[in-house]
Amino acid sequence: MNAVEIAAAVTSGRTSATAVVADCLARIDRLNPVLNAFTAVLADRAKARAAAMDAAGAKGPLAGVPFAVKNLIDVAGLPTLAGSKINRDHPPATADAPLVTRLEAAGAILVGALNMGEYAYDFTGENAHDGPSRNPHDTKRMSGGSSGGSGSAVGGELVPLALGSDTNGSIRVPSSFCGLFGLKPTYGRLTRAGSFPFVSSLDHLGPLTRSVADLAVSYDAMQGFDPADPACVDRPADPVSGLLDHGIGGLRIATADGYFRTGASAEALTALDAVAKALGASETVTIPQAERARSAAYIITTAEGAALHLDRLRTRPDDFDADVRDRLIAGTLMPAVAVVQAQKFRRRYQADVLRLFEHVDAILAPATPSVAPLIGQKTFVLDGKEMLLRPNIGIYTQPISFIGLPVVAVPVPTAAGLPIGVQIITAPWREDVALRIARALETNGVAVAPTAKLEG
Amino acid sequence: MDEAALDALIDTGTAMFGIQMKPEWRQAVRMHLAFSLERAASVMQADVSDHLDPAPVFRA
Repeated sequence: MNAVEIAAAVTSGRTSATAVVADCLARIDRLNPVLNAFTAVLADRAKARAAAMDAAGAKGPLAGVPFAVKNLIDVAGLPTLAGSKINRDHPPATADAPLVTRLEAAGAILVGALNMGEYAYDFTGENAHDGPSRNPHDTKRMSGGSSGGSGSAVGGELVPLALGSDTNGSIRVPSSFCGLFGLKPTYGRLTRAGSFPFVSSLDHLGPLTRSVADLAVSYDAMQGFDPADPACVDRPADPVSGLLDHGIGGLRIATADGYFRTGASAEALTALDAVAKALGASETVTIPQAERARSAAYIITTAEGAALHLDRLRTRPDDFDADVRDRLIAGTLMPAVAVVQAQKFRRRYQADVLRLFEHVDAILAPATPSVAPLIGQKTFVLDGKEMLLRPNIGIYTQPISFIGLPVVAVPVPTAAGLPIGVQIITAPWREDVALRIARALETNGVAVAPTAKLEG
Repeated sequence: MDEAALDALIDTGTAMFGIQMKPEWRQAVRMHLAFSLERAASVMQADVSDHLDPAPVFRA
């Protein structure tokens, strides 16, 4: 069941939070050895909270809904690993992150922490210390990163809701590979307090689910200003759950051309075109200087990431995943003038792209260039050229998160038998528009989270 | 930049930051550095005015 269906069943008394959590934990027991999505399962905590909820009368829009969080998000009693070996030496977090608290205030029940790429510098879902989280639709394939465990856990229906982080695409890439709905909200909308950072200029947190309603309800539960996150904007909440069925009549929807079609596989373009056709989106729009925006995001990422980890690179270089360490060392050598120029360009690019939203309400683009690659694969072919896979999976997501635009990634089936995502990109603070479009695609069957065949 | 120039930058930079480079890391670091500097070259060609503020996170 999806999250809102579970909540309805629990609040109506058709089932109990205790029974939901028991089923969830049993499924994790059976399938996590296959998927490797969880790095910690909080069975005692979840059972105790479910029992307390049942005793008090379960309430809330997420009543009894099990959820899990990427292990860069603080969970009281656990060290916040951020996918690393080094952070295992950190003391356990003393409190849950605010987003965990807000979801639990809406009735949800935390059941565990999830695998991820080391320090979130990853698009593959591989992890040198915990092993790869696996794609539930083909366990030889990548879950996508860096929120790989989040994609794997929701894609495999171990939980209906997971939180991930997205700096350059780390919610949208696993959503694409694992066939999920993912929301990267506007930069500054959801508090990042209580999460291990990667690139403060670009970090976002958000949900991955199997339905649009679940995205909306969980997003609504997490909105609200938090002065503990310097990027969080003091702005009233804009609840979206009640708006999903307002339809898409009158919305101007266009497809991104140029850069966003270059290098995409046949599956990615077919999915994009299917979505555009279903929405009647015949117009195209050119996002100006998207390739340069991707480059700017890339160098800000490598430099800020390197600055964050410099002391660990000095003192514990052998304890890093080698793939991450070598990129971070290269990041220490990025000239400062280029990073400042990238931040100046960011301001100009934002102004240029925002002007597009005077003429359109939403822009469609691929989420990933291809369906999920095989675990261990190092290169893929983009635009006829063999390219390194790890730095290039995010070519279509980076130019969007670079300026903090909200995006809903929707899953589309492909002839390859694997899902692939399409991005629905809107103006800042217009998550409602992206979610309404996603809802329309879900209703007409174009976007669907496929069921993984993991058992019998 | 050619391989020798990249290696010079790696040697100088890592020494300055106190990173103990190992020979077996060099090829990958060089590859990533070359890729990053290509991206930086594109950004340095961007037309941005003197009066454009950089856009990292800050609120007074």
